Amino acid sequence: MEGKKTIIHVENLKKNFGSLEVLKEISIDIYEGEVVVILGPSGSGKSTFLRCLNQLESATDGTIIIDNMNITDKHTDINKVRENIGMVFQQFNLFAHKTVAENIMLAPVHLKTMTKEESKVKCSQLLERVGMPEKAEAYPSQLSGGQKQRVAIARSLAMNPDIMLFDEPTSALDPEMVGEVLAVMKELVADGMTMVVVTHEVGFAREVADRIIFMDGGYIVEQGTPEEVFQRPKEPRTIDFLNKVL
Amino acid sequence: MSLIIQTYGSMLLGALGKTLLLTLLSLFFAMIIGMIFALMNVGHNRFFNFLGIAYVDAVRGVPLIVLAYFIYFGLPTAVRMMGVEGFRLTALQAGTMALSMNCGAYMAEIIRAGIESVDRGQMEASRSLGLNYAKSMQLVVVPQAIRTMIPSIINQFIITLKDTSILSVIGFPELTNMGKTISGNTFKSLETWAIVGVMYMVVIITLSKIAKRVERRVNRGR
Repeated sequence: MEGKKTIIHVENLKKNFGSLEVLKEISIDIYEGEVVVILGPSGSGKSTFLRCLNQLESATDGTIIIDNMNITDKHTDINKVRENIGMVFQQFNLFAHKTVAENIMLAPVHLKTMTKEESKVKCSQLLERVGMPEKAEAYPSQLSGGQKQRVAIARSLAMNPDIMLFDEPTSALDPEMVGEVLAVMKELVADGMTMVVVTHEVGFAREVADRIIFMDGGYIVEQGTPEEVFQRPKEPRTIDFLNKVL
Repeated sequence: MSLIIQTYGSMLLGALGKTLLLTLLSLFFAMIIGMIFALMNVGHNRFFNFLGIAYVDAVRGVPLIVLAYFIYFGLPTAVRMMGVEGFRLTALQAGTMALSMNCGAYMAEIIRAGIESVDRGQMEASRSLGLNYAKSMQLVVVPQAIRTMIPSIINQFIITLKDTSILSVIGFPELTNMGKTISGNTFKSLETWAIVGVMYMVVIITLSKIAKRVERRVNRGR
């Protein structure tokens, strides 16, 4: 990845919940267009790390610089930074009182990044892209899990972000719906989106990740290409974990 | 009974109108008071949290009748002590203040519970898109909270309507006060209070029927 532009720079990130140290000392650079998959046992801090990247969790200590903006600095307008970082949640979190189209158009219209007409066009393009053009007027309660997650991805993309964060996007799905969501994510990879993905989908990680990060106990234990991490893991904890999930 | 209706019918209806006026005014202000203190309560500012809790505790800790006496008789005295002469409150003003404060405290609790019943992920999703806290509340959380709040708000509506009768003690000519006058004049207590009771009942049952319809409409498309 040498010669590539750093888009996310994390230095000595620490996060405590009360007396519990969830992230102990995380330092990492993520490059533009890179697809990073974070693996690790539950409680290893991977979701917390992801949520620190858009400050849904505020860092206890350390520095996070995204697109040359220090988001751990109190004076940074975090809302502005978040416009540029899409996030997809395990539980979808679609706005239950709004239709699919309203979900997608809410942020662009209210943050005035688009006019209503532009956002309508964008909305139908995005629904086309996630394979659900006929669902614009449906409410979230009328959709399957896989459809909800695809709408959630479309909603994030409506702000034209440079970075997408995925927090276990397929963990709440029935097995037969995992494929349709991963397919949409793979398209994003093909488009060159910078992605940080927390997932248990080892197959997806192997196929599309530029880099695998293995976290345990609040640390990054090991990182490398999928080949390095899956074929020749060095750390005992990584080997132990991979033996369990593979 | 027909004698009472013939002689006092129009006065009773007028008094019922006063009751409804007081109820609607109080509910209007109570919604505003309730929204303000509920937002103080669910926010992350400790000072505002304290204010929100203190208000609800204070008002709920005082019987409405005491609050009404305090505002009607006590408040003008307090203003006079501060050196302002000639300050007086009408029974309607004092009644509206007492009921709004009282109902506002309960409303604050209803709204707080409604907001807290909305899944945290809704706020997080909205914030992750770049919307600020206020916009997220306004566009995402509160509209969803209102749906769960509607049955409790209707209930509070009915309680407040009935609580207006307490304000007969400060001489506001609402329905119960009129009942007192009529039964005093005619010595027909049984008939008078039966009529007054039925009048309250008709209004309240009508309101709850309308409310049920509103509730069903709001829940459509859920």
